[in-house]
Amino acid sequence: MSLTALSACDLLAKLDASEVTSAEVTGAFLDRIEAHDGRIGAFLRVDAEAALAQAAAIDQKRKAGNPVGRLGGLPVAVKDLLATEGEVTTCGSRILENFRPPYNATVIEKIRAADGVILGKTNMDEFAMGGSTENSAYQLTRNPWDTTRIPGGSSGGAAAAVAAGMAPLSVGSDTGGSIRAPAGWCGITGLKPTYGRVSRYGLVAFASSLDQIGPLAQTVPDTALLLEVLAGHDPKDSTSVNLPVPRYAETVNQPLKGLRLGIVPEHFGEGLDGEVEKAVREAVAVYESLGATVREVSMPHSKYTVATYYIIAPCEASSNLARYDGVHYGYRTDVKQVAADLEAERKKYEDAGDAAAVENLDSVLVRMYRKTRSEGFGPEVKRRIMLGTYALSAGYYNAYYLKALKVRRLIRQDFDRAFQQVDVIAGPVTPTAAYPIGDKVDDPLAMYLCDLYTATTNLAGIAALSIPCGFSSEGLPIGLHLQAPPFEEERLLRGAAMFQRATDWHLKRPDLGGE
Amino acid sequence: MSKPYEIIIGLEVHVQLLTESKLFCGCSTKFGAAPNTQTCAVCTGTPGALPVMNREAYRLAVKAALGLNCQIATFTKWDRKSYYYPDLPKGYQISQYDQPLSYDGYLDILDPENEEQTRRIGIIRAHLEEDAGKSMHDEVAGKADSRIDLNRTGTPLLEIVSQPDMRSPAEAKNYLTELKLLLNYLNVSDCNMQEGSLRVDANINLHIDTPGGKVATPIVEVKNMNSFRAVERALAYEAERQWEVWQETRQKLGDVPKQTRGWDEGAQITRGQRSKEESSDYRYFPDPDLVPVTMTEEAIEEIRRSLGELPARLRERLVEEYGITAYDSDVLVNQGRSLVDYFVTVADRCGDGKTAANWIQQSVLRTLNEGQIGIDRFPVSAEALADLIKAVLAGKMETSRGREVLARMTETGETAAEAMKGLGIAAVDESELEALCAELLAANPKVVEDVKQGKLKAAASLIGQAKKKNPNVNATRVREICLQLIEQM
Repeated sequence: MSLTALSACDLLAKLDASEVTSAEVTGAFLDRIEAHDGRIGAFLRVDAEAALAQAAAIDQKRKAGNPVGRLGGLPVAVKDLLATEGEVTTCGSRILENFRPPYNATVIEKIRAADGVILGKTNMDEFAMGGSTENSAYQLTRNPWDTTRIPGGSSGGAAAAVAAGMAPLSVGSDTGGSIRAPAGWCGITGLKPTYGRVSRYGLVAFASSLDQIGPLAQTVPDTALLLEVLAGHDPKDSTSVNLPVPRYAETVNQPLKGLRLGIVPEHFGEGLDGEVEKAVREAVAVYESLGATVREVSMPHSKYTVATYYIIAPCEASSNLARYDGVHYGYRTDVKQVAADLEAERKKYEDAGDAAAVENLDSVLVRMYRKTRSEGFGPEVKRRIMLGTYALSAGYYNAYYLKALKVRRLIRQDFDRAFQQVDVIAGPVTPTAAYPIGDKVDDPLAMYLCDLYTATTNLAGIAALSIPCGFSSEGLPIGLHLQAPPFEEERLLRGAAMFQRATDWHLKRPDLGGE
Repeated sequence: MSKPYEIIIGLEVHVQLLTESKLFCGCSTKFGAAPNTQTCAVCTGTPGALPVMNREAYRLAVKAALGLNCQIATFTKWDRKSYYYPDLPKGYQISQYDQPLSYDGYLDILDPENEEQTRRIGIIRAHLEEDAGKSMHDEVAGKADSRIDLNRTGTPLLEIVSQPDMRSPAEAKNYLTELKLLLNYLNVSDCNMQEGSLRVDANINLHIDTPGGKVATPIVEVKNMNSFRAVERALAYEAERQWEVWQETRQKLGDVPKQTRGWDEGAQITRGQRSKEESSDYRYFPDPDLVPVTMTEEAIEEIRRSLGELPARLRERLVEEYGITAYDSDVLVNQGRSLVDYFVTVADRCGDGKTAANWIQQSVLRTLNEGQIGIDRFPVSAEALADLIKAVLAGKMETSRGREVLARMTETGETAAEAMKGLGIAAVDESELEALCAELLAANPKVVEDVKQGKLKAAASLIGQAKKKNPNVNATRVREICLQLIEQM
């Protein structure tokens, strides 16, 4: 069996036993990227040299008998919205095409400190806005199970990299489902931690009250291992919570006795594909066979999820993205051209005797801002900036943003009530399996509706994950969504691992050919 | 004031707090560093960086608010105020919108019409926010180069908004003076207008008596005033201007959009700036990167206990305990807490508050003003000055001689005793003094005659002569002895 087919935990065991070196493992994944990523497009940048150098240093350390970090030389792929010092970090946007952050994100520091080998940066929807990775300013990422289909998004590169065996571990971010949806569509495991569980310092912000960094991997124990490294309080992020981090990787294989599983009837209504529903219901039956009790819990406000999410997230985004003005970093339009254009316009208006038009002409600075932003942002990002700016405007604030915050609280209360009756809520991750590339590009609303099940988790600030639970008749993976109360990641992981020990969906691999 | 109107003034004051580091990052707030050397990923708005609140800044803000007799909120949050400007790198300023950390306070100021009285000026709110960077515009010779310095970006600013309770430019000046004094006593800001650590915007309009009743003129916001004096002048100019505009146009509040005018120090006039809509759309919303701030009653009380004695109370206490006049008390207190401490030490040690106040005002303050120094750099310690005053009070030398001694002490740093010795000052004993007087009387028969005739003033010339012969003699004693001797003749 090739190294790239092993789970992260199996690889770690081999590394710890010195059966393989980190350099060999890293080399194997780099080779796989070399062989397949031309077609998949998961990575925006791979720094083979740096990865191998880091791997060699870890091997040295291990050889010398020095303690090695928790990740022990395992390669990790990183979504391109995590700041890496001195290395290009684009957030999938043209406006950051040459941005090299002067610092490392906290999670990058943690991965390095844990001796994770950073392979490269993965593709994503621009500013994490999108569900298919088609909004990347740079490239398409294809679903390894069917390269005519989207991998999901916005962490599409992160999910595709793991699914295609090009990385054993991957770090993504989830604002409305951006880890779980692509994990579901790519047939892997992806976890969105509780808001505040993982430091956001160095995560280029989309919607600050919803964004959360999390792990993607082949299996639940692999996911637990990476979460353990990522999680923890960070004095640099006021919203990170000061709670001890459980040893997820150690407890993950302890089954949950007397598990009470909740099913939300509202999640099995209109829009849910029959094959997805069937796979999810079968997964629930698996839990029953493992001794879990199942009951329905109502989430009366879940029908407002998409509306609420698509007010709050764009509002915060419109503010977070105000800083991209082409001055301090990133893309800037050709200022000489701007000045020349303005001069020509002035002349034109003067010749026409239009004094008012001359008076209203932009300054070079203002026109530079306008052109930089208009050239640097893609259409989906612009759409959300406009939505958010509108919703925050005087006179609309109460009707939109404030109202959305109130509904958000009601959604959280739905969960609080439900979690008094059940331990974990199970349901579909997305309404359908992965759709064809280009299918929803012209229909943003249809794309937004895919966030129906996942965005509610972010609004409530709780923990959730996606694990594979079946395949469609077209051979596309289907995900099972599990949600747990805040800071109950351990429960979530143990519950998910129970399922994976009883099933083998997570062991299926796409055939990339050429092997 | 014979004009048929009342001037209505409200002030918005921004003061930088005396913290070592910025409001949301660890960068230094020190003034005067080379441009853009005190910045980091957070205060330059670098993508991914996050703000973390400086607790000390919050404590200082609450301290100032308590000094302003404000109510302190037990729960506040941070809001983003959005606008585009080159010196605002995030495209928004972190401020407090609808839940300021404090509200409903007041400041008592001297009534310029009657210095014996105070006027109470309401404080609507005081809240904390981050400062923007500094734009330096170079518009010489048609060049429109602008440079941005982000050292100041993120410095903690306390915005203090008064009620429109001031009725004259002089009151506005007194308000600022008292505010600055208070903040200095609290040690929360150095309020240096030149360095921009205190900035003032004024809102002003007129309430005009008309046959149909009182009419308000449009409110104008005046900016760009660089000293308290400038504030007073700008407001006086603006009141007069609004009166003239009223007479010409009869424009009332609400007829035109709120106007912003800048004070032109050179021309001593206000000039119209961009007109702004009734309320600019700053798209305020709660900053999701920061958690709300909660204050317990205990924490508020702990800060209250750290306030120390504030100017208003101190003025009263000095009058009560040291028997000095309200005027003297005012002069001393207005110099700041360290001068008051100096005064109290001198007064306690020499046992005479009135005399101590006189010496400090007439000698010490003059030296401080001439040297442009603070009391902390005055070379004569409070103890040394008290010893000198004691010596004068004991009749060891005349007050004028004492001032010479103080001058020497100031110059050399000597103690009172050393300086007196250095100047050859020694008490003249009675027999020596009597001999001297007898000698003078013998040499001045005309004076003796005049005094006998009842012209007691004539004795004055004897005093002058006595001082020439021995500078240490006490004038009063010389006069007394001479008159006694003449009577016996």
